[in-house]
Amino acid sequence: MSGSPEPGSPEAGSAESNSEADAFLHVDGLHVCFDTDDGVVRAVDGLSLRLDRGRTLGVVGESGSGKTVMSLAILGLVGGRRTSTSGRIWLDGEELVGAKPDRVRRLRGGRMAMIFQDPLSSLHPYFTVGSQLAEAYRAHHDAGRREAWDRSVEMLDRVGIRQPRERARDYPHQFSGGMRQRVMIAMALINDPALLIADEPTTALDVTVQAEILDLMRDLQREFGSAILLITHDLGVVAEVADDVLVMYAGQAMEYGSAGDVFSQPQHPYTWGLLTSVTRLDRARRARLPSIPGTPPSLISVPAGCPFRPRCPYEPRSRPASSSVRPELGIVARAGVGMEGPEHRVACHLDADERRRLFGDEVAPLL
Amino acid sequence: MKGFLVRRLLGGLIVLWVVSAITFAIFFMAPGDPAVAYAGRAPSAAAIKATEERLGLKEPIPVQYWRFVSGIFVGRDYVSGANVTHCPAPCLGYSFKTNENVSELIGDRLPVTISIALGAAVLWLVAGVAAGVVSGVWPGSVWDRLAMVFALAGVSLPIYFTALLSQQAVVYKWRWIPAIGYTGFRDNPLIWGRNLLLPWLCIAFLYAALYARITRASMIETMGEDYIRTARAKGLRERRVVLKHGLRAGLTPIITLAGLDLGGLLGGAVIIEYVFGLPGIGKLAVDAIGGQNLPVILGVTLVAAAFIVVANILVDILYVVVDPRVRLA
Repeated sequence: MSGSPEPGSPEAGSAESNSEADAFLHVDGLHVCFDTDDGVVRAVDGLSLRLDRGRTLGVVGESGSGKTVMSLAILGLVGGRRTSTSGRIWLDGEELVGAKPDRVRRLRGGRMAMIFQDPLSSLHPYFTVGSQLAEAYRAHHDAGRREAWDRSVEMLDRVGIRQPRERARDYPHQFSGGMRQRVMIAMALINDPALLIADEPTTALDVTVQAEILDLMRDLQREFGSAILLITHDLGVVAEVADDVLVMYAGQAMEYGSAGDVFSQPQHPYTWGLLTSVTRLDRARRARLPSIPGTPPSLISVPAGCPFRPRCPYEPRSRPASSSVRPELGIVARAGVGMEGPEHRVACHLDADERRRLFGDEVAPLL
Repeated sequence: MKGFLVRRLLGGLIVLWVVSAITFAIFFMAPGDPAVAYAGRAPSAAAIKATEERLGLKEPIPVQYWRFVSGIFVGRDYVSGANVTHCPAPCLGYSFKTNENVSELIGDRLPVTISIALGAAVLWLVAGVAAGVVSGVWPGSVWDRLAMVFALAGVSLPIYFTALLSQQAVVYKWRWIPAIGYTGFRDNPLIWGRNLLLPWLCIAFLYAALYARITRASMIETMGEDYIRTARAKGLRERRVVLKHGLRAGLTPIITLAGLDLGGLLGGAVIIEYVFGLPGIGKLAVDAIGGQNLPVILGVTLVAAAFIVVANILVDILYVVVDPRVRLA
């Protein structure tokens, strides 16, 4: 597993964490395992990332790559007797893994908030939208009903819901899909969170509504200066709003870097697969939309070595000796696109030169 | 809301009309002379003749049925020569076998059954729902296992068994309370409660077991919903997540169930009333069947059906109140 110290161990002292936690959100060597009857599911397997305020990190990957579990782990919402979380998470210098549950609860919904994928099932069907917003506000503020209600109406107005004072008395089922997601966003932002985690916020919505919601999130980020962790399987969404990109596969980081680096010089064959399978309307119809062959591995039996190896079309070109070794997330020579954001890193056994050649000859023409 | 109520009441009346027609028809399709049946055991020829005349049994069956139905709304007279027996509305029939007005008979017995049903309902709702919530929120815990063992026992043990056993032990063996009879609440609330304690417990044991299992399943499902995760993501305390967000959704199906079960029980807790000798609707029905007292059977059947119909309507109205997604239709 990882060499990271156990949460709560002496090494996790405050002196060290202060020096480590220079980013606003800093995740280091995060592991989340679920003990099931069939075996241990390694949903998140040694993941690290950094995110500063005012920036957006897009986390991309297929279903079951551990994106949602990772975000729930940051919020302290994975639990249960058969779950284990290890590694370290700092939010503004405060260590979250191993912290008192009540302390994490106070941060949850206040300093860090989350927007969920399906707003209809994520809002309580029996309470009015206004009361659900007001409840979120009162959970973190010593406010009266009247004040919390006014604040809810104000937030509904801010996310673009017309006649907010009347609509606050409606129930979630009386809103359209896009309006419901606006309600979710209003609820997440009601306490001015410094970290906003958005888990596939546009997946359940129409394409036209998707763009509105993304614009809204961008505007609100400018206004509140939040750090946004945007989880999606849609590279188009990432290209539109993310500053940095993390490509996840089988609970691990495959590629990590600024959006400029990752989109102009993608390094990992998995990233190439994701990029070439994006539907594009601005080009002639191909015979068939390329897809990545195979399916993601069961997280109970992730292959030794590179988890992507069984599906990687270029696997034979890597050194045979490395087949059972997990590739390290190593720094790629910087292309110099911009000095902001994380260094461009990739976890791949292929030679850097080989990757550059493959991308230029085989992948770039498809993009 | 008004249109909804009118529609539901009309629908309920139609159900009652069908029930009454079928019940009424059964007496005439049953083998044997209805006059003999109505007149009682081993009647004399004169008694049979008198019964025929009073009940109008020589008339066509639809006419007889019409008299029965109109009697419910305006009352009716049973005439035999100069002998007139008046049965005021709501007249559910008159038993010439025991010389009793069926409506009065049922009216006398109703408080007993209501006492049994309401008391038991309070007990089973409190115990069953509480056990179910604890089990559903912490499935696999010690409390869950304990509650489910009790629930299994409650569901498995027949009510005549628990009733007879508890009566045998508490009343006859240990003599903690004297023999059970019925005392009205207004006569002496304490004795009323003492008499009804065992019947309540026996019914509540069975129903609480069912309710614990249903509540548990409902709570487990609810606590896995996305909106519970949202409630947690807001930073609410777990107590509030369970007691406000969980219960509000998890207990809604229980309301329907409780309404219907209570409605059914008000039509007579047959076995319990019989075992403990409590003079309720259920015992009345059993005695009437044993004595072939047809007017009483007909009356009790209608009243029991009416309780279920009314309970159904009330549950529907209640559902509109608790679930904002349900529209009146």
